[in-house]
Amino acid sequence: MGQPVARSAEPLAAQFQTNPPREVPTRRNTELVLLGFAAVIVTIALVLVEANQEQELTASILWLGLAYLGVLTAAHLAVRKWAPYADPVLLPCVALLNGIGLVMIHRIDLALAERAVQNGKDYTPAVTAQVLFTVISLVFFVVVLIVVNDHRTLTRYGYTAGLVGIVALALPALLPSSLSEVNGAKVWLKLPFFSIQPGEFAKILLMIFFASFLVSKRDLFMVAGKKLVGVELPRARDLGPILIAAFVCIGILVFEKDLGTSLLFFSVILVMLYVATERVIWVVLGLSFFAVGCIIAYNLFTHVQQRVANWLDPLATYDQAGGGYQLAQGLFGLGTGGVGGTGLGAGRPDMVPEAATDFITAAIGEELGFIGLAAVLMLYLLVAMRGMRSALAVRDTFGKLLGGGLAFTMVMQIFVVVGGVTKLIPETGITAPFLSKGGSSLLANYILVALLLRISDAARKPAARPKPQQQPQAPIAEAHTVLVQRPPADGGAQA
Amino acid sequence: MNTPLRKVGMAMLVMVVLLLANATYIQVVKADDYRTDSRNARVLYDEFARQRGKIVSQANGEVLASVDPSNDKYKYIRTYADGPMYAPVTGYYSINYGAGGLERSEDDVLNGSDPRLFVRRLSDMVTGRDPSGGNVRLTIDPAVQKAAYDLMTQKGYTGAVVALEPKTGRILAMVSTPSYDPNQLASHTSKAQTDAWNANNKDPKKPMLNRAISETYPPGSTMKLVTAAAVLEDGKGPDTPIDPAPNTKLPGTSITLENYAGGACPGTTFKDALAHSCNVPFAQFAGALGADKMKKTAANFGIGQTDLTVPMKVAPSTVGPLDSQGALYQSGIGQRDVRLTPLQDCLLAATVANGGMAMKPQLVQSVLAPDLSTIEDYSPTELTGTAALSSSNAAILKDMMIASEGFTKGGGKRPDIQIASKTGTAEHGTDSKNTAPHAWYTAFAPANDPQIAVAVIVEDGGNRGLAATGGTVAAEIGRAAINAKLGGG
Repeated sequence: MGQPVARSAEPLAAQFQTNPPREVPTRRNTELVLLGFAAVIVTIALVLVEANQEQELTASILWLGLAYLGVLTAAHLAVRKWAPYADPVLLPCVALLNGIGLVMIHRIDLALAERAVQNGKDYTPAVTAQVLFTVISLVFFVVVLIVVNDHRTLTRYGYTAGLVGIVALALPALLPSSLSEVNGAKVWLKLPFFSIQPGEFAKILLMIFFASFLVSKRDLFMVAGKKLVGVELPRARDLGPILIAAFVCIGILVFEKDLGTSLLFFSVILVMLYVATERVIWVVLGLSFFAVGCIIAYNLFTHVQQRVANWLDPLATYDQAGGGYQLAQGLFGLGTGGVGGTGLGAGRPDMVPEAATDFITAAIGEELGFIGLAAVLMLYLLVAMRGMRSALAVRDTFGKLLGGGLAFTMVMQIFVVVGGVTKLIPETGITAPFLSKGGSSLLANYILVALLLRISDAARKPAARPKPQQQPQAPIAEAHTVLVQRPPADGGAQA
Repeated sequence: MNTPLRKVGMAMLVMVVLLLANATYIQVVKADDYRTDSRNARVLYDEFARQRGKIVSQANGEVLASVDPSNDKYKYIRTYADGPMYAPVTGYYSINYGAGGLERSEDDVLNGSDPRLFVRRLSDMVTGRDPSGGNVRLTIDPAVQKAAYDLMTQKGYTGAVVALEPKTGRILAMVSTPSYDPNQLASHTSKAQTDAWNANNKDPKKPMLNRAISETYPPGSTMKLVTAAAVLEDGKGPDTPIDPAPNTKLPGTSITLENYAGGACPGTTFKDALAHSCNVPFAQFAGALGADKMKKTAANFGIGQTDLTVPMKVAPSTVGPLDSQGALYQSGIGQRDVRLTPLQDCLLAATVANGGMAMKPQLVQSVLAPDLSTIEDYSPTELTGTAALSSSNAAILKDMMIASEGFTKGGGKRPDIQIASKTGTAEHGTDSKNTAPHAWYTAFAPANDPQIAVAVIVEDGGNRGLAATGGTVAAEIGRAAINAKLGGG
């Protein structure tokens, strides 16, 4: 990265600068206002839920809203201090999504609690844990902002990140089911007091690995290998490590039967390869692999066949075990919601199994209608596009690759989730970032956003004015004469 | 690197646009299909949130089933006044278990989706009035229902009572004991619902079974009304001599068919045979008539009709195959494969009371709009269209039944009300001689201007065991129902 001005000329230029460069606006106040706006929307949403669910409306809602604003403000202050030039839209968008998620989880809590009361059972609301996870996530968010004070330092840990990521990803597959399986998905790590989904974190670690690996090997990839039917293929030895890494994590995911995450990883790796090499052949190759993989998986695994059957006609497989019941219920909810929705708290999103996790977007589509769902999609798009803009603007290739990867992940996740719920693609079951219930997902995505903020900070920060070079002071005896500027006319020269 | 990044950005945009397009398709284009899918329980919950119509009785508009506002998501809770007494009539309406009985068969009216309520529904929509269902007025006479139910439960009998208005077929009472409380099933507490449902289903006495219309029993001697009608239609008079022998052999077998208690018939005529309920003559009558004539007369009484609804579905009654003389002998006195519902048994008396013509039993008098204005009145219709016996023969049979009543024991007799009746004591089970018989009583009154026909069955002889007869066990209950209708209680 070339310096714009020759270093030796700088001190002199600085002395005579009559028109200093304008301060780049940090836009931190914009961020604060937007955060306040998000907090207001979330508070109103909460009021609507409570009113429609005929809960007692008390001043406590106001306090909850203010507390939410307070937590966000803390995060904002951290951004102000440690990433002052970061994009001002990212955090408010994320905060709004997180807040809508909390309200929705609370709303489903109310429904499930009522059902539990009717069945004479106890129900522990999920929203308290989610609030706790939000606070923990924001703490980690701040920690990442502080520790990673320059995203380029992450390149040093590329291989470490890759190794840790693969281990984290593989761990649930290797551990016995008692320590790793929840509801048939073997993607958990059950610890004494809580459970985590290491895959969520592996997602970020592997992106760091791929970005740093691709940056260091980028030139090799640009070198053409054999020509095949007029297409230049990369050399096998350059492909090797990346193919192995890709196959390892996809193999693990197939083994863990987590199709959604598998799809996510595959597409992100593909996009990063494409961005790094600027060659479409990677996408073509990748998609061909993907198509072949799909056909193999379809013929090999009954659960894949079931998913496809459910996707083609969820109503036909409605009554089967593992059939389209959940998807159909989600569609019923979406259809009942229609354009305007039933209103927050006035629908029945709890009728869809896993409404608070995989199907939370169906719940939003039901109660807020197409309009609400579209607004949520726009928020995600905004986050991703802002991230992409930072990736475009940042000056280092690692930052570009990582930023592009992170931004794409955001959209890809929501594509898999919402596409699955709305029958655009087969349902695969991953969480909607920030909305869904679940600590791992929330924490991982907050870390993802912290990294995006870091990259956007680097992108918008004015090029650091190099410090005046401190000339090593020569011993006075050996110093040569230095020409000093002529003093004002009235004074005498001082040698 | 910026060019591929821009392209990835475009791809992201396309992905979100795809999602939006698809969401539009689901939530706008296909929305109605999904919304109205029968498996979309949201529709059901909406229905539960609507003010369901009332079920009211005929005479004084007594409310049998109503709704109360509830402070939960369903808005209204179904309540039943005298739940167990009217449960066989009203049925139940439960969130977990759906609807049963009249609640199910008149569901469209009660929940307001019936086409006859369409205009009103439209105006509700325009005026923003809370939509509510139509009401159903029943033919039930609460006094009769209460008299029969109270006596049945007071004695602890398992069985059923049906009362009809002979001229119209209107059902005045439909009692089935033991009964259940539909209020528990309508509860909005899932646990209460489940507990009540399970308790009812585990109960060996099957309280949720509507014995009056859903269960068939061997009718015993009450079947002799059908045989007698066939005999009269065959041209024989009440003074036709009979064989007073204490027993006879079933043709083609060595099985003996004997009179009640094994005695000789106290009389010598057809009329005496019915009055004393002698088995041997009726078996011989049936045998002489042959299967065709028996079946034809039975069919004209409505026996064998499979599609009868009141509007709840009524289990079909049958006389069995009647494929041998032995079968005819036994069927002529209501044994072997003859099975009647208590409602059908009541129709036997009601048909005689109505001059030989069976009227279609009906439980719904009229359908009312939410504001109680009448939308549709049901008018009496003939059940089969063919008289089971001529009116002159019906008058003869009536006199024979009056004579029968004269020999019938049991309480509740009133000098001011003349009853024409027939009792029955139906052996059943695999060891029929040692199983307590079902006690029957079917009657109408006043004999000369019939206002009410009634049939009573007490399963397994009530509390009298093997010694039970229709007269000692069932007659008292039938008379109580008649007295409630005619004597003011």
